[in-house]
Amino acid sequence: MFKLLKYLKGYKLQLTIGPACKLLEAIFELIVPLVMADIIDVGVKNGDGGYVLRMGGVMVLLGAVGLCSALVCQKSASIASQGSGTKLRNELFHHINTLSFAEIDKIGTPSLITRMTNDINQLQYAVAMLIRLVIRAPFLVVGAMIMATTINLKLSLIFFAAAPLIALVLYFIMSRSVPLFKLIQKRLDRLSLISREGLSGARVIRAFHKEDKEQERFNKANEELAKTAQNVGVLSALLSPLTYAITNLAIVAIVWFGGSLVDTGELQTGEIIALVSYMTQILLAMVVVANLVVTFTKASASAARVNEVFELEPSIKSGSDSELALRNGGDFIEFENVSFGYGGGDVLKNISFTVKKGETIGVIGTTGSGKSTLVNLIPRYYDVTDGRVSVGGNDVKSYPLSQLRRLCSVVMQKAVLFSGTIESNLKWGKKDASVEDMNRALEIAQAKEFVDKLPNGIETPVTQGGKNFSGGQKQRLTIARAIIANAPILILDDSASTLDFATDYALRKSIKNSTDGATVFIVSQRVATVKDADRILVLKDGRLVGNGVHSQLFEQCEEYREICLSQLSAEEVQAQ
Amino acid sequence: MNKGVVKRILIYTAKYKRYLVGAFVFAIVSVCLTLLGPVLVGYAIDYIIGKGNVDFGSVGRILVGLIFSTAGVALFQWLMSLCINRVSYYTVRDMRIDAYKKLSNVPLSYIDTNAHGDIISRIINDIDAVGDGLLQGVTQLFSGVITIVGTLGFMVAINFKIALVVVFVTPLSLFVAAGIAKLSAKMFSKQQRTQGEISGFVEEMIGNQKVVSSFSMEEQNEQEFRRINDELYVCGKNAQFASSLANPSTRFVNGIVYAAVGVIGALSAIAGGLSVGQISCFLTYANQYTKPFNEVTGVISQIQTAIAGGARLFELMDSPDKTPDSENAKPLENVKGNIEFNNVSFSYTADRPLIKDFNLKVKQGQRVAIVGPTGCGKTTLINLLMRFYDVCSGEIKIDGQPVQSFTTDSIRQSFGMVLQESWLFNGTVRENIAYGKEDATDEEIIAAAKAAYAHSFIMHLPNGYDTVITEDGGNLSQGQNQLLCIARVMLSNPPMLILDEATSSIDTLTEQRVQLAFNKMMQGKTSFVVAHRLSTIKEADIILVMKDGNVIEQGKHAELLAEGGFYAELYNSQFAKS
Repeated sequence: MFKLLKYLKGYKLQLTIGPACKLLEAIFELIVPLVMADIIDVGVKNGDGGYVLRMGGVMVLLGAVGLCSALVCQKSASIASQGSGTKLRNELFHHINTLSFAEIDKIGTPSLITRMTNDINQLQYAVAMLIRLVIRAPFLVVGAMIMATTINLKLSLIFFAAAPLIALVLYFIMSRSVPLFKLIQKRLDRLSLISREGLSGARVIRAFHKEDKEQERFNKANEELAKTAQNVGVLSALLSPLTYAITNLAIVAIVWFGGSLVDTGELQTGEIIALVSYMTQILLAMVVVANLVVTFTKASASAARVNEVFELEPSIKSGSDSELALRNGGDFIEFENVSFGYGGGDVLKNISFTVKKGETIGVIGTTGSGKSTLVNLIPRYYDVTDGRVSVGGNDVKSYPLSQLRRLCSVVMQKAVLFSGTIESNLKWGKKDASVEDMNRALEIAQAKEFVDKLPNGIETPVTQGGKNFSGGQKQRLTIARAIIANAPILILDDSASTLDFATDYALRKSIKNSTDGATVFIVSQRVATVKDADRILVLKDGRLVGNGVHSQLFEQCEEYREICLSQLSAEEVQAQ
Repeated sequence: MNKGVVKRILIYTAKYKRYLVGAFVFAIVSVCLTLLGPVLVGYAIDYIIGKGNVDFGSVGRILVGLIFSTAGVALFQWLMSLCINRVSYYTVRDMRIDAYKKLSNVPLSYIDTNAHGDIISRIINDIDAVGDGLLQGVTQLFSGVITIVGTLGFMVAINFKIALVVVFVTPLSLFVAAGIAKLSAKMFSKQQRTQGEISGFVEEMIGNQKVVSSFSMEEQNEQEFRRINDELYVCGKNAQFASSLANPSTRFVNGIVYAAVGVIGALSAIAGGLSVGQISCFLTYANQYTKPFNEVTGVISQIQTAIAGGARLFELMDSPDKTPDSENAKPLENVKGNIEFNNVSFSYTADRPLIKDFNLKVKQGQRVAIVGPTGCGKTTLINLLMRFYDVCSGEIKIDGQPVQSFTTDSIRQSFGMVLQESWLFNGTVRENIAYGKEDATDEEIIAAAKAAYAHSFIMHLPNGYDTVITEDGGNLSQGQNQLLCIARVMLSNPPMLILDEATSSIDTLTEQRVQLAFNKMMQGKTSFVVAHRLSTIKEADIILVMKDGNVIEQGKHAELLAEGGFYAELYNSQFAKS
C-alpha cells in the first residue's frame, strides 16, 4: 500500500489542512462540556441568568467555528481522495498501455477493469477516511490516556493494559481477514468473467438452449462469493463487541480498584467518574479505529491488486528512444533462422527468407501452421525466441516501438472497430486524414459503395465492437483504416476471410494498384488470394516448406499442390 | 424514482425477514443493555462515598451485574451483525442471480447494442454498492432508532418539558440531512454513470490492445481516458463533498440542541424547577439521543451510492424482455425440415431496411447455400431462422406451421449452428465439446472430435481433453476454436444445421475433410450454409444469391452458371487474374 503513497504527493496542503481542521473541531468539542460545567458551577450556583445566556452563546459560536473547520476538512478530503484516485487511474491506464499482450492475457481484461474501478474506489475511500479520522481518533485515545495518568498513576495501569489488548484484537482480526478480502476480489473477478462470457456467447448459449446451465455456473460462482463474504462478515463482526467488552471490563476494574483507593483516601469519587468517562472516550475512538482498520484492510487488498498491475514489466520494450534510419537498397525485410514459441513447443522453427521493398508476399499453410505468428513477428507483437527479424537493415528489437509500429500497418484476423463513427475509426490510421484520403481508402478497401449507401455516410455511428456492421463490412473498414495509414509495410492477416471472391479479388487488385512501393504480406488460406503474389511462402507445422511463385510451387511443393487441389479442381488449376 | 428503488431493494430483503427481525430483536437487547451500563456504573459510584465509606459488598454485586450486561452487549451486538451480514450478502446474491437471469431474457438486440463492460459493471459494481449500503444502512438504522426511542423514554421520565424541547429541535438535523441528501443524490447518479462509461472505455481499449498498439493509438486513448477520468473527478469530488456536508451540519444542529438544553435547564434550575444532577443526566441523554442521527447521516453517502447503484441495476432489469412464446406454443418435435419464408421483411433499425419481401421454400433434406457480397443479409437470414431477431412483417414456417406456434427453445435446439465467430467458454476442452450434450460419454466426445479433425491437435495440448481453455479461447488459434465448435455440433447431432462461414478460419485441407463429415451427418437433414468458398457450395440443392437484402437468383450451380448472371460473375471472379 505504501508504494501508492506517492499519488498523495500533490495533496500535501489538503493532507495537512484537513486533519488540522478536524483536530480543531475535536478540541472545540472537548471544550463544550467545560463551558457547560461553568454554566452549572457559576451560572446556576449564583443564579445569574445573564451569565447562562452568554455562555450559551459561546457554545453556539464554538459549534459554528467547528462546523466551518469540519467543512474545510471535508472539502480537503474530497479533493485529495478523488484527485489522487484520478491520478492513479490515469497512471494505471497508461501503464496497461505499455504492457505487451502476454501480460494483459495473464491478468485478463475483466480483472483489469475491476482493478481500475472498484479497487481504486476503495483506495479513494481510504484516503478520505485517513484525512477525516486518522488524526482525530488517536488524538482522543492519547489525550484520554495522558489525562488518566495525571489523575492517578496506579489506576492508569488499567488503561495501559486495556489498550494493548484492544490492539491485539485488531491485529488478530486484521491478519485473518486480509487474505479473505483478496479471495473476495478473486471471486468477483470470476463472476465478471462468467458475465462477460455470457454476453459474448449469447448466440451460442441460446442456440443450445443452455441458459439454465450458464445460470447454474453463475450461481455457483455467486454462491462462493456470498459464502466468502459471509466468512469475512463473521470475522469483522467480532471487532466491535470484543473492543466493547474489553473497555467495559476495564471500567469494572477502574470502579473496583478505584473503590479501594477511595476507601484508603488516595482517590476522590469524582475522579473515578472522570476516569470512567475517559475510558468511554477511548472506546468511542477505538470503534472509529476499528472501522478504519476495516477500511484500510480492504484498501491494502486493493492496493496489492493495483500494485500487481504496476509491477508487470512489459516484455517488449523499445530498443531505443531515437528513431533509426532505414537502409536504402538491399533486402527490406529479413528473417534469419527465426524460431518462436508461446511457451510450450515451437510454433515456428528455423525460418529464413528475405523480402525486397515493394514485393507482395503471399503466406499460406494449414490451420496452426504458424502463418499469423510469422507476420506478428514483424511489428514485434511477440519477440523471437531465437534468430533475428530485421526491417530496413535494422533488427526490429533496435527500433523505438512507435517507429516500428508506424512502419507496419496490420489488419488482423478478427475485425475490430471502436465506438465512434466510421470517420473516427478511419482516423485511427491517420489523425489528420482529409475526406479525400478517407474516400480513397474506402474505395481501395471496397467499402465505399456500402458506406455511401448509409444515410449518414462516413459519419455513421459505430457501436462498441462494430456490432452494427456485418463481418464483411467490418473487415473492409478495418482494411480501409490500415490503408489510410499509408505505411511502407502492409500486413493483411487473413483479413479478407469473410469477403466473397469477387470483393476479395477487387480488393487485391486495387491494393496492388494503389499502394505503390509498399511491401505487402497477404496471409490467407485461399489459394486464389495468394496465387498472384510476387512470391508465396508455404508453411507446414512451423517450417517453411515452400518459397516461390505459384506455378513453380505447384510443381515442386507437395504441400502447396495439395492445398491447391483441395480448393480448385484440377482443370481449374491447369487453366491458369 | 428513489422511493421506487428503495422499495424494490427492500422487497429483495423481505425474503430474509427472519434475519431482519432477528437483527432488530438483538439490536433492542444490545442497545438496552448498553444504556444500562452507565446507570449501573452510576449506582456503583454512589456506594463509593469517601475515605473509609465504601460498601464493597454492594459495589461488587453491581459490578458483577455490569460484567453480565457487558457480555450480553457483546454477544447480541455480534448476533445482530451476523444477521445483517446474512441479509445483505444474500440479497446481493439474489440480485446477481436475477440480473444474470435477465440477460437470458433480453432480446439479443439488447446485448448487441449495449457495451458489455457497462452491463458487467451493473452486475458487479452496482450490486456491490447496494450490498454495502444495506450492510451499513441497516446496522446504523436499527441501533440508531432503538437508541433514540430508549433515551427518549428516559428523558420523558425525568422531565417532560425539556424532553419536548429536545424532541422538537432534533428533527432539524433530519431536515438538514434530507436537504443535503437530495442535493447529493443527483451527483451520485452522475458519478455512477461516468464510472460505467470508464468501464466501457477500458473494456473496449484494453480488450483490443493489439489493434490499439498497432495504430500507436495509446497516447490518444490516454487523452480520451483522461477526459472521462477528469469528468469522474469533478462529479466524484462534488458528490463526496455534498454528502459529507451532512455529518458536520447535523453535528452543528446537535451542538445547538445541547446548548439549548443546557441553557433552558440552567434557567429552570435558577427558577427552582430542576436539580443540577438532573441537568447533567439530561445532557448525557441529549447527547445520546442526537448521536444516532449523526450516525445515520454518516452513512448517507454509502446509502446514496447504493440507491444510485440500485437504480442502474433496475434499469437493466426493467429493459423490455424478448417476446415470450405464445401460451399455446408447443415444442417442435419430429422435425421434417420443410421451411418456408413468406414475404419476410426485416431491418435492425427502422431507418435502414435490409430484407424486403423475401420468399423461399426449402424441402426436407435439402441443402441451401447462401452466397452474395458481404453485407447483403446472409447472416440476418440466420438470425431470423434461429429467432434471435423477429421478422418485421411476413412469416416463417417450419413443417407448415408458423414459427410462433413453437417454443423458441425447441426451434433453436433443432438447429445445429456453427458461427464464424467461434465461442468457447472458460472450461476444459471436454466440457466445451459436450456443451450441447452433457451426458455424452468420453467415446462419443472423442468420436465427435475426430469427425471434426480436432482430435489430433487436442492430444497435443498440455492436458489433452482436460486442458482448460482460457477466456475467449485465447490459448488456441482461431481455426482450432472453430474445430472445437464444429465438434460440439457434431456431438449434439441436431435435425437441422446452420453453418455461417463455419470453416472460414480453417485451412482448406482440413475443411474438405470436415465437409465430408458434415455431409455424412446432414444426410436427409435440411441445412443452411453461408459460405464464400464456391467449392463447398457447388453441390447444394438450392443456391440463393443475395444482394442488398434480396434474393436475386436462385437455383442449382449449373443452372446459375448457364444463366450467366451475378452468380456466374462471382464464380468466375475467383479465377480472374489480377
